[in-house]
Amino acid sequence: MMMMSNGNLRVDLRLIADMVEPGSRVLDVGCGEGALLDWLGRTKNVDGRGIELSMAGVSAAVSHGLSVIQGDADTDLKDYPSGAFDYVILSQTLQATYEPKTVLANMLRIGRRAIVSFPNFGHWRVRTHLLLRGSMPVTDTMAYEWYDTPNIHFCTIRDFLTLCRGLGITVDKSIALDREGKVLPLPNCEGIANLFADQGLFVLSRKG
Amino acid sequence: MTVSEPALPASSATPDLKVELGRDRPIRLDCGVELGPITVAYQTYGRLNADKSNAILICHALTGDHYVADPHPITGKPGWWSELVGPGRVFDTDRYFLICSNVLGGCMGTTGPADVNPATGQPWGLSFPVITIGDMVQVQARLVDYLGIGQLFCVVGGSMGGMQVLEWAQNYPDRVFSAIPIAAAARHSAQNIAFHEVGRQAIVADPDWCDGNYLLEGKRPHRGLAVARMAAHITYLSEPALHQKFGRNLQNRDTVAYGFDADFQVESYLRHQGSTFVDRFDANSYLYITRAMDYFDLAAENGGTLANAFRGTRTRFCVISFTSDWLFPTSESRAVVQALNAVAANVSFVEIKSDKGHDAFLLDEPEFHAALTGFLEGAAAHRGLPPGKGGAAMMMPRRSGGARE
Repeated sequence: MMMMSNGNLRVDLRLIADMVEPGSRVLDVGCGEGALLDWLGRTKNVDGRGIELSMAGVSAAVSHGLSVIQGDADTDLKDYPSGAFDYVILSQTLQATYEPKTVLANMLRIGRRAIVSFPNFGHWRVRTHLLLRGSMPVTDTMAYEWYDTPNIHFCTIRDFLTLCRGLGITVDKSIALDREGKVLPLPNCEGIANLFADQGLFVLSRKG
Repeated sequence: MTVSEPALPASSATPDLKVELGRDRPIRLDCGVELGPITVAYQTYGRLNADKSNAILICHALTGDHYVADPHPITGKPGWWSELVGPGRVFDTDRYFLICSNVLGGCMGTTGPADVNPATGQPWGLSFPVITIGDMVQVQARLVDYLGIGQLFCVVGGSMGGMQVLEWAQNYPDRVFSAIPIAAAARHSAQNIAFHEVGRQAIVADPDWCDGNYLLEGKRPHRGLAVARMAAHITYLSEPALHQKFGRNLQNRDTVAYGFDADFQVESYLRHQGSTFVDRFDANSYLYITRAMDYFDLAAENGGTLANAFRGTRTRFCVISFTSDWLFPTSESRAVVQALNAVAANVSFVEIKSDKGHDAFLLDEPEFHAALTGFLEGAAAHRGLPPGKGGAAMMMPRRSGGARE
């Protein structure tokens, strides 16, 4: 599933890694076994920390020499001091948090920038699934049935951008991804991305 | 726990070292008393490298001692962490220089209440000053000075040893490159103080304790100390572990005897634990060391905010707890992690799944050992120490061989 020392990074993680400046301080929230942190540490000399919910993930990451704690985006971000990191990363996890708004606000309090990715509930395949079948969409990026999904706060790209505006967050970069995490060459238009992107990837910063 | 093979070739261990410290400069204890000179008994394993950057201080628990990987001189049992210490092991004696000293107040060679007070020519007994975890650490720091080591690569310990690790990180942040508090807490909880008090009352209720002067009277409060150990031992285990090991099984009999002999195996086991303990531990030491743990409260020392203990720290921390440990539960470790996060310290935190209770840190828990190895490997790379044989590549099979995959 994941290669640590010599393998390739998952496509979407590689995209995130490319956005991080060398030598910066990074907090990866929901870091799994630490593939991104490992990569950033080895190739960009990043001072990386991670938070991961699953014990198996934490155990694997710590056994690999990474600074990872067992914890949870909803409860543990509040402990960190403001401005402690250059980047706070939340990859494919926002939709699984209890309070996405608080999580987002905390990320931009702790970090100078936040990098967030999530599956887009506004994708045309999701919309037609609901429209034509009348049942909750199950797709490659949303691979769970409604009764067993950890994803409790789905949103569309448009919803997300509305929330960012409400929180006074600047969107420095927005990238549309397909279901494999590859960049989709779409025009920079919220409506089109919201219809054709399987996932959205955003670099955010505080206003001012 | 079974350990069959010898932990080390005889040459790597340097047994039974002793040093006198504080002759010129006595130890100023937290209670205000100046103590010195004192004797410190310690063991070392492995070799100190040329720039003295590979030293690991191992801190022992309440009834532990410095025989980390050597047979205990009284019981003959293998050292308490002998499975972790040796060439190629978690604490690799081919790479690291390990130090472990008997704590101040102990009874295995370091000055404690069973020793003779040079001023009176009689055993200290209860005239020994009350000590704290901070005092123990201060003595360890003197030992590290004596060994000519500025910064320790790592300070590690479980239970009371973990308290010492936290105290080290607070008091000597520049001397601790990395810190591993295991199954520990930043303060002793009310429940834990309560258990200690039961143990102490058992000791002082024994007529042979003689108001603490049993050595002068030629007696030993064996019954009281054994009861203290029995009560404490229960807190080191877990209900599932006890049930698994003993259930309601009877001891050498088919039916209950309608009396107060050890009908049940668990009773027999506890009695055995109590009776063997008294051969190797001093009752007054038990009083003093349990008291030191009770007094430990890092937050209180820092205006009620634990994070203040670690402000500005550059130490790399690895906090480890065990799921079934109800004596030092994960919530206590998590409080330490939260305090470290609050100062954006470099911290790893793993809760190891185990049904063995508090004692899990002394037992064969592969996931625990993998976490230790991985953290040390990462810290060593940051400290500029050479990687272990095979380096990170060696860690991979161990990870993938784990039960979780």
